[in-house]
Amino acid sequence: MSASVRIPTILRTYTSGVAEVSAEGATLQDVLNSLDAQYAGIAARVLDDNGALRRFVNVYVNDDDVRFLDGLATPIAEGASISIIPAVAGG
Amino acid sequence: MTVTTTPAIGSAVALKCRECGTRYPLDASYACYECFGPLEVAYELGSVTRAQIESGPNSMWRYESLLPVVPGADARPGLQAGFTKLVRAENLARALGVKTLWVKDDSGNPTHSFKDRVVAVALENARRLGFETIACASTGNLANAVAAAGARAGLKSVVFVPSNLEAGKIVTTAVYGGTLVAIDGNYDDVNRLCTEVAASRNWGFVNVNLRPYYAEGSKTVGYEVAEQLGWRLPDAVVSPVASGSLLTKVDKAFREFVDLGLVDDHPYAIYGAQATGCSPVSQAFNSGQDVIRPVKPDTIAKSLAIGNPADGPYALDVVRRTNGAIADVTDEEVVEGIKLLARTEGIFAETAGGVVVATYRKLLREGRIDPGAETVLLNTGDGLKTLDAVEATSKPTMVISPSYDEFEAEYSKVVS
Repeated sequence: MSASVRIPTILRTYTSGVAEVSAEGATLQDVLNSLDAQYAGIAARVLDDNGALRRFVNVYVNDDDVRFLDGLATPIAEGASISIIPAVAGG
Repeated sequence: MTVTTTPAIGSAVALKCRECGTRYPLDASYACYECFGPLEVAYELGSVTRAQIESGPNSMWRYESLLPVVPGADARPGLQAGFTKLVRAENLARALGVKTLWVKDDSGNPTHSFKDRVVAVALENARRLGFETIACASTGNLANAVAAAGARAGLKSVVFVPSNLEAGKIVTTAVYGGTLVAIDGNYDDVNRLCTEVAASRNWGFVNVNLRPYYAEGSKTVGYEVAEQLGWRLPDAVVSPVASGSLLTKVDKAFREFVDLGLVDDHPYAIYGAQATGCSPVSQAFNSGQDVIRPVKPDTIAKSLAIGNPADGPYALDVVRRTNGAIADVTDEEVVEGIKLLARTEGIFAETAGGVVVATYRKLLREGRIDPGAETVLLNTGDGLKTLDAVEATSKPTMVISPSYDEFEAEYSKVVS
């Protein structure tokens, strides 16, 4: 499946400044692998040493926080829109 | 990007990642390029004396030397937030059967919540960094504070809120002018949108790209409590928990005062209060977890309705380190808490204050907080902003015609 991925400012050093890229995969994990194949090292910025999503990264698939879905196993439909966003506390 | 030297702003010398320690210059950034961890202001605090602080203005700027601001903030246009009352709550103490109780009443701030403090520090940095527009994602109180501060400072403001906010908080934002964007979604949706807008606009988002500065404003709650107690620390503090930031900054303030020798080192416990309908930090605490599972908020305590609290892990750390606890209360208990405080102390708190009072009562009942501990309850906002919460049960005692006989007849029924 092909998905569009919005890249946060912090990670745009990997994408030559491009804010939105496309990647392939049936699950979020696959998409991140595909992203890393295109932009080596980017996945390690999103995932911790155990391969889990870092504590201060929020990932959304079609506007839903993946922690409410299936995390890295969240299925990705054709044309899905994925956003990677640093967690910010609010108030 | 790992710049380690940068011109100091007052005693602030750098931004530093809370997770991995990487240092950055004091600009408008909030997340670590290495690990996404939140950035925090790093200081080289010199020496400051009680007398120096006491001779400062009657506002939070008396602690200016401990904040990331260019010296002289008091003279620049702003709302002069802080130095709110610390009220000795003897009636409430008696009602709850505890010894010494105080209410730090931050409803006395210019826009009636503690958010004026954080906005004050963010505004100083927006000005320093040359932003012409200040913006925020808000559950309401921050919206008021940003719109008002923008008006006073002559900056444009753009405020994003969930569209289901209390009517009072819409009015008390819109009245100051500026752009008010209501989003069909919850606070976490608003926050996420603002993170994306912040990446593309050259705006000073007080709680996004100015967040490291903004968050430091909450320390002044802790400083004031210690100073107003006569330069000493209380045994316990009960703080509301939304993002978790305020709770952690009160702890930071106490530790800084100890390190600076302004107060004696005294063990204190910090307690967190949440509404059950949005209690991810309480759930993590009470199940012994380190990881906060986000929730979809459903509570009348909308100012605390952050389902995905980014400072939650740090709040857990503080509460565990200080031997405090976190508990949550139902919406019915929140209303009871508001009324209890109003009826014992004449303080009308917003729902967050009701959460704190009700949680304190619950912790007492469950034996999780010592009734002999000198305790400070934080009331962070004004009940006039959340009238919806209590209006159904706050009605005239009687409605009569302008007749003396009718008054006597009706009044005799209620005083028996």
